[in-house]
Amino acid sequence: MDYNVKITDEIIKEHNLKKDEYELILKILNRPPTIVELGIFSAMWSEHCSYKHSKPILKKLPTKGKSILQGPGENAGIIHATKNLAIAFKIESHNHPSAVEPFQGAATGVGGILRDVFTMGARPIAILDSLRFGKPEAKNTQRLMPSVVKGIAFYGNCVGIPTVGGETIFEDCYETNCLVNVMTIGIVEKKKIRKGIAKGIGNPVIYIGAATGRDGIHGASFASAELTEENQERRSSVQVADPFMEKLLLEATLELNDKGLIVGIQDMGAAGLTSSSVEMANRGKVGIELNIDKVPKRETGMNAYEVMLSESQERMLMITEKGKEKKIEKILKKWGLHAVTIGRVIKKPYIIVKENGKIVAEIPVSPLADSNHKYFPLKKQKGIKPKYLENININYDLVPVPKNIEDVLIRLIGSPNIACKSAIWQQYDHMVRTNTWTLPGSDSAVIKIKGENLLIATSVDGNGRYTYLDPYRGGAIAVAEAARNVSMSGATPVALTNCLNFGNPEDPEIFYQFEKATEGMADAAKILKTPVTGGNVSFYNEGKDGAIYPTPIVGMVGFIKGTRYVKQYFKDPEDIILLLGQTKDELGASEYLKEIHGLIKGPVPEIDLKLESQIQKTVRNGIKAGIIKSAHDISKGGLAIALAECCISAKLHGERNIGAFVEIQSDIRIDSLLFGETQSRVIITTSKKDLNAMKKIAAENKVVLTEIGKTGGDRLIINIDWAAKKCSQKINIKISDLENIWMNGVNKYV
Amino acid sequence: MKAGVIVFPGSNRDADCMWALQDILGVNTEYIWHENKNIKKYDLIVIPGGFSYGDYLRCGAIARFAKVMESIQEFSSKKNKFILGICNGFQILLEAGLLPGAMLMNKTLKFICRYVNIVTENNNTPFTGKMKKGQVLRIPIAHNEGNYYCDETILNNLIKNDCVVFRYSDENGNVNDNTNPNGALYNIAGIINKDGNILGMMPHPERAMIKELGSTDGRLIFESVIKYIKNN
Repeated sequence: MDYNVKITDEIIKEHNLKKDEYELILKILNRPPTIVELGIFSAMWSEHCSYKHSKPILKKLPTKGKSILQGPGENAGIIHATKNLAIAFKIESHNHPSAVEPFQGAATGVGGILRDVFTMGARPIAILDSLRFGKPEAKNTQRLMPSVVKGIAFYGNCVGIPTVGGETIFEDCYETNCLVNVMTIGIVEKKKIRKGIAKGIGNPVIYIGAATGRDGIHGASFASAELTEENQERRSSVQVADPFMEKLLLEATLELNDKGLIVGIQDMGAAGLTSSSVEMANRGKVGIELNIDKVPKRETGMNAYEVMLSESQERMLMITEKGKEKKIEKILKKWGLHAVTIGRVIKKPYIIVKENGKIVAEIPVSPLADSNHKYFPLKKQKGIKPKYLENININYDLVPVPKNIEDVLIRLIGSPNIACKSAIWQQYDHMVRTNTWTLPGSDSAVIKIKGENLLIATSVDGNGRYTYLDPYRGGAIAVAEAARNVSMSGATPVALTNCLNFGNPEDPEIFYQFEKATEGMADAAKILKTPVTGGNVSFYNEGKDGAIYPTPIVGMVGFIKGTRYVKQYFKDPEDIILLLGQTKDELGASEYLKEIHGLIKGPVPEIDLKLESQIQKTVRNGIKAGIIKSAHDISKGGLAIALAECCISAKLHGERNIGAFVEIQSDIRIDSLLFGETQSRVIITTSKKDLNAMKKIAAENKVVLTEIGKTGGDRLIINIDWAAKKCSQKINIKISDLENIWMNGVNKYV
Repeated sequence: MKAGVIVFPGSNRDADCMWALQDILGVNTEYIWHENKNIKKYDLIVIPGGFSYGDYLRCGAIARFAKVMESIQEFSSKKNKFILGICNGFQILLEAGLLPGAMLMNKTLKFICRYVNIVTENNNTPFTGKMKKGQVLRIPIAHNEGNYYCDETILNNLIKNDCVVFRYSDENGNVNDNTNPNGALYNIAGIINKDGNILGMMPHPERAMIKELGSTDGRLIFESVIKYIKNN
């Protein structure tokens, strides 16, 4: 390779670097960069690796708390679980690769986040996924959705980590730019936690795993630009997945860690060898010297530029103590892998790349990776309130109250965002490891930690439409709902990871969405006492019709001490159905408005975070006391849909579906009551004998509790009396009919 | 008695089988690394599910050449030695020729993970002694290639010799196309060899060991063979 190529404006542009950023490079080096150096800067300063737009805003998120063992800045966050055990978890996006090559894009997304967790020394125990597509019947959705699901299944199932939960949402804005966010949870003995840090001058830098190929070159900068017709062609930016290699790498890494052979370790994810070596050196305030000739290569003739920027999958970079190379080699051999020493830790805090004995790159580490460095290209973007938000709310007078609420219920229960998604999650092995105590299809998944008196509950949630219509509330509600779902199983939410999916941050209106949504998340996370342990920002999510809805996704983790937990569906006949919380006249942003009236309009339901906290506490306390038999939060589709789901979701969990008889006096519009999405509401059941005890718990927490009916029979009957308008309406439908519609709404498209 | 769970590169339900045998049923159980040929000391060997060797080429096709499989052939011919192949383990037994037939991709062309019902066709085997004939078990499946296939002669022999042990059914034991999740010939979920010491099945009994996981029916299979071994 000719390293004396002259760096032209054209080349700089191809590397997605701005002119002022190139000026910074000249200042850092005091000379023009080589092409390898330019490639390294381009990768490290890509939005994906540098967070150059988002960092100033992300500082608003709360990241501290007594549960936090490792906050943001590492490969995954870690929280205390028991005296000796900790939980590592993180969420990450793989949107752009999945939009171009859905199977491999989604599969490698799973691979990347698994590595982020086992890099920390943790054994992955669960995967969750949050997916966004266009309409189920749209051509692009048909191209993307089945392959994304297959890709996730292919990878997770083969490695043997259960995919225990998730969500799939359909909105037109995601049609060409689908979202694939994957979260992994792992478990680790505290004393075995490892970090991505280079230490010990002279220590060898060891390469483990698959050989380096030409796949994924420039993946990080690809993920940091809008998808266009032109770069849809950039298939070489998408990586190829080998989950079997990942399984071997996982077992080998954990065994190396058990034997105390790891000083520091990081997976070669986005920007591959470049980011793993630079970030480890930066954390250790040392340098790393790499010898490109030693790097195992899949193809002949690969040069330093390609090797440094390749994003070939299933590779790890590790620092060990000098002299332990043989021991490492032996363990890796057992797993059919090789360890190759490709460099060493040096004192001079530089990343030095050698090829054929010549230095082809020599860059100080800190301006590449430390956002506090004076030459780091941190952006001071300002947001401007988008024009569309000025006229965003519905005029209630123009929304007629439906004549037949049963028809509305039937249409909603089969609508894409509400219908059952079992055809998706049954393609995932959600039971392997035999810890999944609550299978997918309840408010949160519940996972047993064997040998401990502990259950984990977890959920991923986000509402792009809410965030589009009101960025602040959308962000706050994403946190509130994820925490609520975890509380519905009986768990105390402890901490969260977030994946922030937005459009082009250079657009001040998009930046406004990002800033406000983050503020909403920050406030909710503070009040609900669930700090942020890290996550991922995915910008430039724009299809041919403009930016996606701003879509912050929250992955929440909570704990249950002991074994008291419940599921969302009605457990027994003749139980009392109780509504916690109060329904307001709020129709804005609802599935009902979209599906029945074709309106995407606000206002987004209000969220009172103090009340939210009280409601969740009430449910947890009721479950802990053993008197709540089922708990389901009211979200998409409102009260009527939540009741229907309580009736029809038992069968998928191997139990029988049970009907309900409900009677409500309404003082608001009937459609608001049944289908509005007022926050902080929950449906629980108790047996008759426990009713008073439950009332007491609700009163202690200042939560309004209303007895609305009882379980039993094979029909869902809801009688509404709207006294002020002297009218009443009723729903009376066989639950097996509801179940059929619910089962077929989306499953037929998967 | 002593049990062993074979570990191939890519096995991933090995820990679940270990848990079922050791932690739940209290059987002295060890892992057997795929290169280990010394397996005489075991009474029961479980070949667990997963993706041995990534399932590259064909499910189980590479695993059958592992060193441990050379010893398995000999092990299987000894008296009072038992082999249980689950899911990928069943596929490996087919590839190794220890049981007849082959696995095709599910008729849905998709991986399926869910609870199914299987009816006990033959309760007169060491693995089914605790069941009644016709007893329905609720046990999950989790596979992409569980569509059992063999030619007519083999099928007739399997039926004639009472080697079809489990068939996919409804909760009342009725067997038909609607109760067949993957397209398996004759709704076959599990078969046994003529000597009655090698059982291969697609459903995962190790996943149905405690009520929190949705069923305890998987215990019956392990408990049957444990009881048989202890009584003989």
